[in-house]
Amino acid sequence: MVRILGVDLPLKKRGEVALTYIYGIGRSRAKNIFEKASIDGNKYVKDWIDDEIKRIREVISKNYKVEGDLRGEIRLNIKRLIDIGCYRGKRHRLGLPVRGQKTKNNARTRKGKRKTVANKKKVTK
Amino acid sequence: MPRSISKGPYIAHHLKKKVDLLNENNSKKTIKTWSRRSYITPDFVGHTFAVHNGKKFIPVYVTENMVGHKLGEFSPTRVFRGHITKK
Repeated sequence: MVRILGVDLPLKKRGEVALTYIYGIGRSRAKNIFEKASIDGNKYVKDWIDDEIKRIREVISKNYKVEGDLRGEIRLNIKRLIDIGCYRGKRHRLGLPVRGQKTKNNARTRKGKRKTVANKKKVTK
Repeated sequence: MPRSISKGPYIAHHLKKKVDLLNENNSKKTIKTWSRRSYITPDFVGHTFAVHNGKKFIPVYVTENMVGHKLGEFSPTRVFRGHITKK
């Protein structure tokens, strides 16, 4: 079992993919990490030796903000928007799309599951 | 696409003039403005602006956190009073 920053990495995946299980690291960052640690990104996690794990940990903690810290930062950014009462903050408070998308239909990612309104007039033609 | 950095933030020159005047005299008078598109710069902090929303002027007290936003973001143009709830 390999644990980095409190996240279990899957043993049966290539390093580049496995690192993306960490919040804040995608494919591109994963690639950079392996470059900086001078490790082959195609190597499977189960084949990593202790020294390599140590180097990966070091590179991540030195260069990137991940997991809890990153979540906290994002939360603070949103809180700032809400506190100053700007348009984006209001959209966050209402749980509606923030970046000007239409809300007539769809927008389900932000609005959540459909709430059916009883006795809503059927459109008759 | 964002505005080119070399141009700097956009501020309507009539608004800039008024703010400069207030800062010089150390007075805190409400500035009435239609320029919703102007960015808030650090020297706006502490002033109150009456920003037009198409119908009336909404008073906006500028704090430090608001720097970098535009005046219009604080003066909503639409009113949503909720859906009708029929019993």
